[in-house]
Amino acid sequence: MTCTDFLSQLTDYFDGRVEPDLLAEVQAHICECHHCEVVLDTTRQTIAIYREHEIYEFPTDLRDRLHNAIMTKCRAAR
Amino acid sequence: MPAIQSPETVEVHPDVALVARAKRGDTAAFEQLVRQYERQIFRVAQHITQNREDAEDIAQDAFLKAYEKLEQFQGNSKFSTWLVRIAVNESLMRLRKRKTSKTVSMDEDVQTEEGSIPRDFAEWRPNPEQLYGQNELGEILRKTIQGLPPGFRTVFTLRDVENLSTEETAEALGLSVPAVKSRLLRARLQLRERLSRYFRQKGLPPAGDVRGADLLKNAAPIGDTQINGGAKL
Repeated sequence: MTCTDFLSQLTDYFDGRVEPDLLAEVQAHICECHHCEVVLDTTRQTIAIYREHEIYEFPTDLRDRLHNAIMTKCRAAR
Repeated sequence: MPAIQSPETVEVHPDVALVARAKRGDTAAFEQLVRQYERQIFRVAQHITQNREDAEDIAQDAFLKAYEKLEQFQGNSKFSTWLVRIAVNESLMRLRKRKTSKTVSMDEDVQTEEGSIPRDFAEWRPNPEQLYGQNELGEILRKTIQGLPPGFRTVFTLRDVENLSTEETAEALGLSVPAVKSRLLRARLQLRERLSRYFRQKGLPPAGDVRGADLLKNAAPIGDTQINGGAKL
């Protein structure tokens, strides 16, 4: 398996959807290619860090203002 | 004597009942749906437009549109996916109106190969959380995702920030599943590459100086098409 082949399987690998016969090849490639191992690990961290950190705040005053504005518009549209 | 097995019950999403009530004119039921999804819709709009005021307007317009078109919602998809689709369309429309934005559709910006081929192979040590304080880390994450083309940013936001499935993301964006997977891969790799500038292990040569940069010249780009051949990193 080449590194390009490995990258083409990366999304399915994260989703646990790599075809069983390919999975062993993907895992073997990770063991023998340090660069791909790093790409795998740092991509995984990229996803995790965005999932875990709320980068845009949604404070209560904003939520209340938005909620009221939405409901006012919807009630007016009835 | 074996118990008589009851037929398998299909789990019905709680939104189905709320939507049915809202369709009959129950405003309280619709308000409950607003409460459940206002944060998500605001966040999606803010990720795509990168502007808080725009995101507020879009969230209002998206819910109003959903309310007015509720009769058209057939329940073939989840209510939340349908709502996200409305919000994405509103957000992209807002970007189109902005004169400063040069890329505004899901298709116009996907030709770039920048960052699609890994060049930085440094490990992230110590962890980003150990390297930066919360505020600084937040700033890095905001700045980095802002740099992604809107089409990639949108796919990444739905799939990885909002945790929609690949199929739901495809439905919300009107794209095929392979197109979502291709764009998601490129979005993730571009973000990884950009974040490596901040999080890479110190003392290693900067990106581009490692041997992979030369060897990767022969690697196939990662596009919507089938990836052929390729070189070792």
